[in-house]
Amino acid sequence: MEQLVYKKPDSIKDDFKITFCPGCDHGVAVRLVAEVLDELGVRERTIGIASVGCSVFSYDFFNVDIVESAHGRSLAVATGVKRSKPDKVVFTYQGDGDLASIGLAETIHAMTRGEKVTAICINNTTYGMTGGQAGPTTLLGQVTTTTTKGRCVEISGYPLKICEILKEVDGTAYVARVTLDSPQAIMNAKKSIKKAFEAQLKGLGTGFVEILATCPTNWKMTPKGAHARVRGEMSAVFKPGVYKDRVSEV
Amino acid sequence: MKREKQLLKGNYAIAEAAIEAGCQSYFGYPITPQSEIGEYLSTKMPELGRAFVSSESEVAAINMLLGAGSTGVKAMTSSSSCAVALMQEGLSFIAGDEIPCVLVSVMRAGPGLGYIYPSQGDYFQATKGGGNGDYKLVTYAPASVQECIDLTYKCFYVSQKYRTPVCLLADGMLGQMMEPAVVGEYPYEEIDQSDWALSGAKDREPRYIASIERDQETLRQRVEKIFEKYNKILEKENVFEKYEIEGAKLVITAFGSIARIAKAAVKMARKNGLEVGLFRPVLLNPFPEKIVKEIAQKIDGFLDIELNCGQMLQDIKASIAGVANITVEFYGRPAGVMMTVEEIYKQIEITYKKMIEKKYGTACI
Repeated sequence: MEQLVYKKPDSIKDDFKITFCPGCDHGVAVRLVAEVLDELGVRERTIGIASVGCSVFSYDFFNVDIVESAHGRSLAVATGVKRSKPDKVVFTYQGDGDLASIGLAETIHAMTRGEKVTAICINNTTYGMTGGQAGPTTLLGQVTTTTTKGRCVEISGYPLKICEILKEVDGTAYVARVTLDSPQAIMNAKKSIKKAFEAQLKGLGTGFVEILATCPTNWKMTPKGAHARVRGEMSAVFKPGVYKDRVSEV
Repeated sequence: MKREKQLLKGNYAIAEAAIEAGCQSYFGYPITPQSEIGEYLSTKMPELGRAFVSSESEVAAINMLLGAGSTGVKAMTSSSSCAVALMQEGLSFIAGDEIPCVLVSVMRAGPGLGYIYPSQGDYFQATKGGGNGDYKLVTYAPASVQECIDLTYKCFYVSQKYRTPVCLLADGMLGQMMEPAVVGEYPYEEIDQSDWALSGAKDREPRYIASIERDQETLRQRVEKIFEKYNKILEKENVFEKYEIEGAKLVITAFGSIARIAKAAVKMARKNGLEVGLFRPVLLNPFPEKIVKEIAQKIDGFLDIELNCGQMLQDIKASIAGVANITVEFYGRPAGVMMTVEEIYKQIEITYKKMIEKKYGTACI
């Protein structure tokens, strides 16, 4: 007797074509968000915001209504959608360059207003789509196409710690940093993503999850080596964990 | 809503008209000379159960507008000059996305911070745009508080009917002055947005709204389709004023508040026997080139009057390409001091004389 134990979530399109590089964590992250939308039963009233970066083709994967945002403006677009249609479930899916560099003002202010939306941020310490330049989260010493001798403080300053900032913002209801480097980590990540949506559904404020993700192509690493980097030097600077959880308090 | 005539400030008139038009969402950041719009709506919108957000910047405001518009609701932002400059990226996206929404731009003097004096220095900003790519920002320019109301209605209607951003281009004088006006009922039919707007993929395929397009042929077709809309808007939604054009030798071209002063000068000129008329385009973008050309074929010259260094002038000149023996003069100043009727009349006399001399060789007026 055959038993189906693994299937594509309804919130992923049937005919999806993956646009991510082999070994990239985006695919897992997209699937987790989709599984959560399925489990919460909100797919049919969800509106997603596609950002600029590797996440730009979100409408290729997510089986929900999607509106594209200009680079960095996803949480402003999400604000416009949610305020106009408060009964919809609204989420952004952004990279660290989008959310924490060009869009930092929109990010902090949307969360300061406590917009009832969910923000998912893929932090891979680089601008992936444009070919691996240094971004706001590039680690000190990290070699990129714009820090060819490694990021140094004198020229590029320090990496920005997103969760540490956003936990201090009064309007956030859930803030967590997760990784996808092991089955257990993936299950943890899903729990956090679900909480970030529950923060919205319960009207508590903004739910936020930062996912430390691999970019094997631009890091010039194998997928396995890239996950080792996430576990090692990335997690040392960007410590995984739940930084704020008003969802469980309720 | 009172339907009788009342003394209304331009900015409040626009805000009341937005509410009357059914604007569901407003986003904005304060900047003189239009701050009263946001102030007024900050109280009224929540009272009506509608959305008001004081955004962290104009960059955020225009993108909130994009998000709101993508759900099909009537949405508006208002701003001015150096802050509208911050919205150009968003306007390009909104145009590419074919999202309906309204931008109220109340011009102040520039460049840079300039100052809060009335000016028409943002004609180029509105009609030529600073956003990237092939698109137009459909633009209507009111010349009175009553028109601020009527054209706010028109902006919402055109934006919803053609799924395009539409700009109401006023100036500091219109925004700040008071005159009698009636906030009438929204006169247009409601346009159903349910066949494209985002509402959640319930019992239908998911939709996406995006300006990005990987297939070059599809991208070309999409932009061409957007431009077909502009042609249709020019054909069906054009608004303009012709005054004493019949039999005129000289026609004044002017838009917005300065056109009212120019009209008074035209009346004075007619009283003094000068054959002068006025053409005031209200729809500035797409520009009514054909009408300007038709007028050009029957007259000897234009005198373009603007509160800038000659911006609409470029569109007038482009419109009359190929028309022989026509004089085009310009009188304007960049910012601040409004022109008087007498001052414009004097310019009419000077231009009229020059034009007649050019035609007949001798001054005989």
